[in-house]
Amino acid sequence: MRSIALTKGVPDFSDGAVSFDEDGHLERGKTPTVMNPNDHFALEAALQTRVRHGGHVSGMSMGPPSYSSVLEEAMEAVYSDDSYLISDRALAASDTWATAITLSAAIEKYQEEVADVDLVFAGFKTADGETGHTGPQTAWCLEWPIVTHVIALDIDPEEEQLRAKRLVEGDVDEIETVEAPLPCVVITDPEFEPTYRKAAHRLEHKRLRAETQERAVDHDDHLTTWGHADLNLDPDYIGLDGSPTIVSSVDPIPKAPSEREATMIDPTDEDGLEQVLEECQPFAAGD
Amino acid sequence: MTQTKPVGGLEGEYEHYEAIVVGCGPGGAAAAARLAAHDIETLVLERGTEAGSKNVSGGLIYAEESAPYTIEDLFPNFRAAAAERPVTDYQIHNIAGNKVKTVDLTDLHEHDTEWCDAVLRRHMDSWLESRVHELTSETGGGVLTDVRVNGLLRENGQIVGVTCDELDPITADFIVAADGVNSELARDAGLMDWAAPEEWFQGVKAVVEMDPQEINDRFGLEPDEGIAHLFSGDLFEDVRGGGFLYTNEDTLSIGTVFHLDSLVAEQAEPHELLDALLTHPLMSQWIGDDYHELEYGAKLVPDSKKVAHREPYRDRLVLVGDAGGQMQAQGPIIKGMNHAVTAGALAADAYMLTRGNADPEAPGRRYTTMLEQSGTMAKLRPRRYELTSPVGEHGLVTRVTEGVLDSPVGSLAIGNPLAKRLLPKAYNSPFLVGMLPDTQTGYTTLPAIIAEQHGRTVHWENEVEPPSLEERIGDLTYNTDVGNPHIRVLDNSEAASGAAVYACPVSAEDFGGGCYRSETVTTNGSEETLVSLDTQPCVECGTCAIVADTEWEHPRGGKGVEFRQG
Repeated sequence: MRSIALTKGVPDFSDGAVSFDEDGHLERGKTPTVMNPNDHFALEAALQTRVRHGGHVSGMSMGPPSYSSVLEEAMEAVYSDDSYLISDRALAASDTWATAITLSAAIEKYQEEVADVDLVFAGFKTADGETGHTGPQTAWCLEWPIVTHVIALDIDPEEEQLRAKRLVEGDVDEIETVEAPLPCVVITDPEFEPTYRKAAHRLEHKRLRAETQERAVDHDDHLTTWGHADLNLDPDYIGLDGSPTIVSSVDPIPKAPSEREATMIDPTDEDGLEQVLEECQPFAAGD
Repeated sequence: MTQTKPVGGLEGEYEHYEAIVVGCGPGGAAAAARLAAHDIETLVLERGTEAGSKNVSGGLIYAEESAPYTIEDLFPNFRAAAAERPVTDYQIHNIAGNKVKTVDLTDLHEHDTEWCDAVLRRHMDSWLESRVHELTSETGGGVLTDVRVNGLLRENGQIVGVTCDELDPITADFIVAADGVNSELARDAGLMDWAAPEEWFQGVKAVVEMDPQEINDRFGLEPDEGIAHLFSGDLFEDVRGGGFLYTNEDTLSIGTVFHLDSLVAEQAEPHELLDALLTHPLMSQWIGDDYHELEYGAKLVPDSKKVAHREPYRDRLVLVGDAGGQMQAQGPIIKGMNHAVTAGALAADAYMLTRGNADPEAPGRRYTTMLEQSGTMAKLRPRRYELTSPVGEHGLVTRVTEGVLDSPVGSLAIGNPLAKRLLPKAYNSPFLVGMLPDTQTGYTTLPAIIAEQHGRTVHWENEVEPPSLEERIGDLTYNTDVGNPHIRVLDNSEAASGAAVYACPVSAEDFGGGCYRSETVTTNGSEETLVSLDTQPCVECGTCAIVADTEWEHPRGGKGVEFRQG
């Protein structure tokens, strides 16, 4: 099985890493870039396929040259055999549509020059854009079937079929089991969990994890970068010109003003704590 | 995995490995290393998130001159990479109140000893795990962590493999149960039970942080030296057992070990007995100020004299180490890990020698013979003990001896100058120590009288304030399997399970945050005391499996307590 796992760099929104200006706008320059957290599950699904059926996993991302660090993170934190970065000034400011066109062109180039692809994995929406468009649009451009919200995955290589469990959220959450032919685009749900019920699979998982961590040390030796010229795309379909989406403004949602007065009490302040107890007394009595 | 071998009579196909080793402590590691040396495809299943994360031991590993295998033979560089300090000095302190008589036991310690090192299990076992994984990977197997083997797979009543929480059943030609003192496999096979408290010891231990230079200064050691101190006497009231202090690289292991039946009979709180040792004036010279405890742990210890299995096999399953009761505790001699190493290696050799034999019990029988012929079983179940214990441990004999010793005549006999000269000699005789019956006489009365008659009064102030049980539990790391408790109380009456409230090392009579609690419930006007359980603080020692009426299992792989020191 040959898989491509799509990943994207996003601002590190974790506490202590992220930086906002006075108006509440994200300070992109001061916030480090990390792999989109949801992509972790896509990579886990690709690794599960690699463990169970052998083959090859390529990490792929579109973004500035510095995004090689994102592909390195994917290789180190989960698994990939090699990395493909689609990077060119002409691609800057692409929206999800232009990105999907570019990525599908890159996947087609990969099929022509590297090997046929059975599966493309992507995570469920990025932490910055939150659109969830890119994966499905890439499938549309490739004219491949797509299975979304996947929480468990089984592949039958001989039948060239996959069977997936999908988490369908609604009034009642349901788990739907679907089948699809390969090649196929699989979008993992954050609830995705790889399953390894065979000792041989766990041993292989352990071996591959050790291998990929070792490989990530020399990540750039395993990195292929393709530019606009390599993909030979019409300039009207890529970058800013190819992006129909216009984000007219971004308004931070102000924090709800506190309506009640708060009194801060130091935990070591005995008198203060006594006061807290007194205040709580009526509630404890059930009044 | 080379092939999937169908097992007739059972549906479907199972994964098959030639050998499965359950548990990656020293016994399992030794077995796996020898199997790999024989080029036998070996899968090792370990329930901890890393080997050593489920293990606690007092902390001395011996290499015996007479043993067929030592851990350094099987794992070159073990001492340098995985052990702490060697024990170069060995002393026992007999205590009566503030009076202490110290006897040098170095001769006894060095009898049949090539070397002896202090160890901390997380560091040691995780090092072993990585070596074992390297060796077994060569055979097509390897080590898997976070996998709990929960029972035996049988076909037509014969053991043919193992079942796991995390994996589908696996068959094997040879199964080594090295799954520790609470071995679920030994119990499933009907080879061990959890019936009698008198067959077990319970140990609790504190690992205390100390700068290496401080250790050298306070214990008078060179950087490559270490010391073992043992403690006995009336320090622990009438509870039969003793204490120890071992020096590690940059920590101390300080603990107490007691007969479980005695803990139950005296209704003693294990953590308080440990505190009694930590706060004794004698300790102030070593841990007097700035006491910083890194970890509190506990472990059940089988008494090999009573439970070392004489025929530790069934079908293609063999028991190794604590799982087979192979823990030698006789007076001041405490040896467990070295016997587990020997047994594990012998079990592997036994399989190799009988490989291809159609009888699945052939390796087990050979293993039994090898345990006998190598002298291992004689160490675990000394004949001298078997001859003397029926007399020595008889209640009447104990009472009479106690009476004589307590009388002026008896004390005088122990207290005379000749006795003083003979004392170190007697203590240092492996022969005499082997005969010591496990009564109060050996543990409490005799040491107390020795201290009373020969001891010096210790006047030091001990300022150590041991952490509370709540703080100790708070410092431990847990990965709780929420909603899936691994222990169930079957009978919550005080009569059936009340002993767990004090005997459990993370429960106490006056403490609501432990595993076991007593609760007074009023129903229809009558009051009743019931026992309730919360497994969250559990350290998986197994005490309550013996002293209370429970259904006891290990938590799933990777769940439960995770020891950082061990």
